[in-house]
Amino acid sequence: MNENTLEKRTFKERAKEALKDFGLPRLIITGFLLLLFILAPFVGADLPTQITNTINRFSWNAVMVLAMVPMVHSGCGLNFGLPLGIISGLLGATLSLQFGFTGPLSFLMAIIISTPFAVVLGSFYGWLLNKIKGGEMMIATYVGFSSVSFMCMMWLLLPYNKPDMVWGMAGKGLRTTISLEGYYSQVLASFLQINIGNLSIPVGALLFFALLAFLMWAFLHTKTGTAMTAVGSNPTFAKAAGINVDKVRMISVIMSTWLGACGILVYEQGFGFIQLYMAPFYMALPAVSAILIGGASVNKASITNVIIGTFLFQGIVTMTPTVMNNMIHMDMSEVIRIIVSNGMILYALTRRTEGAK
Amino acid sequence: MGNEQVPLLEVRNIKKDFFGNQVLSDINFTLKEGEVLGFCGENGAGKSTLMKILFGMDVIRETGGYEGDILINGEKMNFSTPFDAIHAGIGMVHQEFSLIPGFTATENILLNREPRKGNIVAEIFGDRLTTLNYKEMKEKADAAIKKMGVEISADMVINQMPVGHKQFTEIARELSKDELKLLILDEPTAVLTEKEAEALLDSIRGMSRRGIAVIFITHRLHEILSVCDKVVVMRDGLVVKDIPAKDTSVPEITRWMVGRNVDNEAAKEEPVKKKGEAKVIMSIQKLWVDMPGETVRNVSLDVEEGEILGIGGLAGQGKLGIPNGIMGLYEAGGKVIFDGKEIPLNNPRKCLDASLAFVSEDRRGVGLLLDESLEWNVAFPAMQIQNKFLKKYLGGLVQWRDEQAIRQVTEKYIDELQIKCMGSKQSAKELSGGNQQKVCLAKAFALEPKFLFVSEPTRGIDVGAKALVLNALKKFNRESGVTVVMISSELEELRQTCDRIAIVSGGRIAGILPAAQPSEEFGLLMVSQVR
Repeated sequence: MNENTLEKRTFKERAKEALKDFGLPRLIITGFLLLLFILAPFVGADLPTQITNTINRFSWNAVMVLAMVPMVHSGCGLNFGLPLGIISGLLGATLSLQFGFTGPLSFLMAIIISTPFAVVLGSFYGWLLNKIKGGEMMIATYVGFSSVSFMCMMWLLLPYNKPDMVWGMAGKGLRTTISLEGYYSQVLASFLQINIGNLSIPVGALLFFALLAFLMWAFLHTKTGTAMTAVGSNPTFAKAAGINVDKVRMISVIMSTWLGACGILVYEQGFGFIQLYMAPFYMALPAVSAILIGGASVNKASITNVIIGTFLFQGIVTMTPTVMNNMIHMDMSEVIRIIVSNGMILYALTRRTEGAK
Repeated sequence: MGNEQVPLLEVRNIKKDFFGNQVLSDINFTLKEGEVLGFCGENGAGKSTLMKILFGMDVIRETGGYEGDILINGEKMNFSTPFDAIHAGIGMVHQEFSLIPGFTATENILLNREPRKGNIVAEIFGDRLTTLNYKEMKEKADAAIKKMGVEISADMVINQMPVGHKQFTEIARELSKDELKLLILDEPTAVLTEKEAEALLDSIRGMSRRGIAVIFITHRLHEILSVCDKVVVMRDGLVVKDIPAKDTSVPEITRWMVGRNVDNEAAKEEPVKKKGEAKVIMSIQKLWVDMPGETVRNVSLDVEEGEILGIGGLAGQGKLGIPNGIMGLYEAGGKVIFDGKEIPLNNPRKCLDASLAFVSEDRRGVGLLLDESLEWNVAFPAMQIQNKFLKKYLGGLVQWRDEQAIRQVTEKYIDELQIKCMGSKQSAKELSGGNQQKVCLAKAFALEPKFLFVSEPTRGIDVGAKALVLNALKKFNRESGVTVVMISSELEELRQTCDRIAIVSGGRIAGILPAAQPSEEFGLLMVSQVR
């Protein structure tokens, strides 16, 4: 009998532990999303359309969420400086258009052109983060903000002159929104697209994400990837094992920045427009909160966290407007999005101090 | 002195364990009014814990209290906070200063016990608005300083004072308490110059004449002999000797401090005789290391191939700085020649490439990836430095982690070192201290080094694990022919394991002796250059 109670307790404890691992906020959000899916048909929203929307938004955003992973692994925290990567992507995109590439080739060229920008900006960003170990996330936020503001000037000043990109009257300075029609709009999404009634799945975009995610996963299994995780887990240990901690952190920052650049290009191909000026300003927050909802912490993140998190976060963002609007005839979506994303970031940051030694 | 029947302080059968780790067992001693009691013992002998119990520190209660009785004037006491202890007339001066830097000596001495003046506002709004009576404060502070018999200015701001004066200010603070009957001084002379220390000893004698009992903890044994009436020597949580100071001598005390059954113990472990002139594998010349709290000033040392060299010494004398400096974890200078080649300092990678390995004394901080699996912990350095446990694809372009090889090597060491765990995938933070230490050793063994530094391998682990760790080291040395340098605070452990032992004192090598030498010789070296 004694043994029985013991076993029961361990089961209970195990259940408790599993719950703790999963995390209360994540549980609530999952429950909430399920509720939305169940409610959708009853309030008159078309479920297949809703699922299509969710999957679409997942495919747009997943790469930007993936961009969080390298920096989390190397102990640089969450990449609040994602706008820097996004700017590299935007430079690649606009230059690709400026140079006259069209169709799928413009997408490929955008990635290729953005790469050197990502490397240069990422190196600078990594150098900066190595100077201020311990306060990375704070500095990263301001790196992101200030780079966006700086580029606001540059978009006007740089000598772009392609008629469908610049302001019509002045003939110079880029527009806030540039249509990608005829360039790379839907270039990934339409590849192998599956359409069943109202349900459509952008297979190409998902495959592109899968490819990057696989490369990421593979990288983390290599020698350098292992070193990166160790640096994030205990920098002193890594140093004592002969690792050049600063170099590894630098690599991770460059990777994050480059993935951010790819991320925005994938986003643009889904969305159909390039958005300049202040658009990248708040891009980091949804990505940060998505990976946190996925179960990552400030120093641990996996590909699974990315997938689950992006799906949950984008699910909420797509589902709430339709369901809520149909239900209470009031636009609550923005409020809920802000509560979820900022609440999740707050939660993760408090957990970090708890785990601190 | 008439009422000598009832001692001022009596400690009866004090026992204390920290989570099952017995640190004090059956402590008994008495202290009469005006008596000066010298307390000595190696680091970790339990002195500080005992003093914390006497002073009612929170740590003791938080870790499950203590057993036994403390009697003051024959009355049983139970202090739950330091305030109770202060109230009962006990004052304590800690090793670290607890002074407010921007305040004057007077303000510090009388902090929160200031004499006050009433005023109209205070009449209306209550006591909290009374003002300080600086004149009376100065008088009281001066009186307290005078009691010590030294000259320090009561108006000087603490952060402008030399260390010695800070120490005196602390003591004056305790002396200014009217109810003070017993003063505990925890290594008060550690930071003082010779002259200041002498002044302090004088003031201790003065206090004793005034009827204040003093418990004086120090590593400088001659001070104990010159000022104390009685000496209590502790070792491994036991009082091994309680003797009038006039009946003993420095060598005798050191022997009690460090030795078990002194001479026969070490002889038992006959050191393996090395061939006539063994090759010097590592030559350390004029090494300095800037490691906080463990500064190495000038160390020159030759390590012979195949031996186990012990480095001992008291805490803070620099023994830990030596391996940390050579392995590039703290800034260092000097020259280190290993196997005929000079090793650049301040570069961990170069040391590791030269086939050196290091097991750090800071297990949790440096030694382990706490959040990762045992597999990672064991295999990581070997993977990064020697490209072991990797599969190569695309002509070496992709170096893939070989999980299977990693598991095999981890399991091998789990068996060999008897690491108690739930499997090679368990995370390192879930293991007990002793098993974590074994993982650290496994990590170093997996590197298959030619030369191994092991720093405090038995700190904070239980007796069984201790024996296992030491045996594993010996086996590693004898079977693989690896030269081992072991740094430890526990002399007995060094004498059981090592061939030769170097004692570090004051950041320098005080001497190197064969392990079979009697403990007191080592003890003398340990305190020879303490500063």
